[in-house]
Amino acid sequence: MTSSEIREEILDILENIAPDEDLSDLTDDVAFVDQLELDSMDFLDIVMELRKRHRVQIPEEDYTELASMASTVAYLTPLMKDMQKA
Amino acid sequence: MYDTIIIGAGMSGLAAGIRLAYFDQRVCILERHTTIGGLNSFYRLGGRDYDVGLHAVTNYVPQGTKRGPLARALKQLRFTRDDFALAPQIGSRIAFPGVHLDFGNGIDLLESEVASKFPAQVDNFRRLLARLIEYDDLDQESFEISARDVLNDTLSDPLLIEMLLCPLMWYGNAREHDMDFGQFCIMFRSIFLEGFSRPFAGVRLILKNLVRKFRALGGELKLRSGVERIHVEGDQAVGVVLDNGEELEGRRILSSAGLVETLRLCDDVTEPIDQQAGRLSFCEAISVLDREPQKLGYDRTILFFNDSETFHWKKPDELLCDVRTGVICSPNNYAYDPADGQLPDGVMRMTALADFDRWSHLSEEAYRLEKLRWYDRIVASAVQFVPDFRGHVVETDMFTPRTIRRFTWHDNGAVYGAPEKRLNGTTHLRNLFLCGTDQGFVGIIGSIVSGISIANQHCLRE
Repeated sequence: MTSSEIREEILDILENIAPDEDLSDLTDDVAFVDQLELDSMDFLDIVMELRKRHRVQIPEEDYTELASMASTVAYLTPLMKDMQKA
Repeated sequence: MYDTIIIGAGMSGLAAGIRLAYFDQRVCILERHTTIGGLNSFYRLGGRDYDVGLHAVTNYVPQGTKRGPLARALKQLRFTRDDFALAPQIGSRIAFPGVHLDFGNGIDLLESEVASKFPAQVDNFRRLLARLIEYDDLDQESFEISARDVLNDTLSDPLLIEMLLCPLMWYGNAREHDMDFGQFCIMFRSIFLEGFSRPFAGVRLILKNLVRKFRALGGELKLRSGVERIHVEGDQAVGVVLDNGEELEGRRILSSAGLVETLRLCDDVTEPIDQQAGRLSFCEAISVLDREPQKLGYDRTILFFNDSETFHWKKPDELLCDVRTGVICSPNNYAYDPADGQLPDGVMRMTALADFDRWSHLSEEAYRLEKLRWYDRIVASAVQFVPDFRGHVVETDMFTPRTIRRFTWHDNGAVYGAPEKRLNGTTHLRNLFLCGTDQGFVGIIGSIVSGISIANQHCLRE
């Protein structure tokens, strides 16, 4: 998957986790928590959805990498580059 | 081999089951009873539907509110607001002799009632609110400080303290006399800052949606499958033996049976257990009326009453029930969607404190007689605070601590579990965890959040 495909996938996961959030003007460099109502349970869900959908295992010490869209995509790109978009 | 075996198909077990099945675990929920729900269940008698447990779904917030336990529970289980179809309350009341405080969803009405009935206390009440709003998930130590100490520091009118404690204890306090400050904050938020609601179809709508989702995700639910013991090897549980002798293996076990009740099932626990089970149980007198309560001039959704200036929250000492205080719930008095129309019957449900031991030791004949006798006493106490509806009753029913024990299997028919909560859900075994009332959260949304949070903390991260 390319970086932009990964970004789309994260948006899809966020939509699934937090259907009431408006994701259309999400700013990639700003932390999710500063623009969306996400709590620690929601961050666990991002990790769990990635595992469920793509078998990507993210160790707990790396959860901080998922703070913003930009950092999440940067973190996932090497892990997911060989995967096909579903 | 299951990834997780869950004991109990109540709100917490079903919610945990959905979380785990959604993330592809092989999950089995075991329920001793013939039906789901545990304390929050439903039944049909004489052609009528009844709810057990649910008076109100607490934690109600307007549609679109993104924060708080209700939003969190729905999000985590991938439900929408429409799945629970919650109609807000009309309005509720705390009634003591000669003074009452009305409240609705959100704090505004209660705050203005305090200002008009206790004008000298209104600044103190606002200080209390500020202190509560600062509260977030407390650790075990600060959770357990005395709510009465905090209230005595903040408010100087003992009557107001009793009036505020009355509904919060009634809807979620397992401790007698006093309340953990953590529990006080949780209940204050869920009742006064958020509020009451109910699906038109009652608790069965929520339960049916939970079960449907659990099964659609591949979860297994076995009814009539009581756990006779939990099989332990070394420091871990390896499976369960059912009442019928069947054995199931699991990599971990999540129990909503209660702490003491769960430990007793473990085959490595041979010493008497020193933790205390809860003691507070209830009777409920249910009256079906020939008209809606509003036709009798009564529009309160929930009314909490106490017949003197001092509120006594403890197991009755000498009698089967203590009717000095009670809760009256009128399921008709919600603001239902006009498309739903009205409930088929007028209903008044009245709850009183009851002593499990006395009820459980009665012979069958005495039990039937005492149910009739205490129905009359509970209703007689309640009509001090609501219009006397006794000339309009067409059907009655009554549940007792014995009924609660049969549905929940909790020791003493305890409704809110043990006074000491196990907030982190852990036990002496590294793969046996608690959810439900003994973990710390009560009420429908609280129980659902309990199942979710224990599943997240202990069953998903590996």
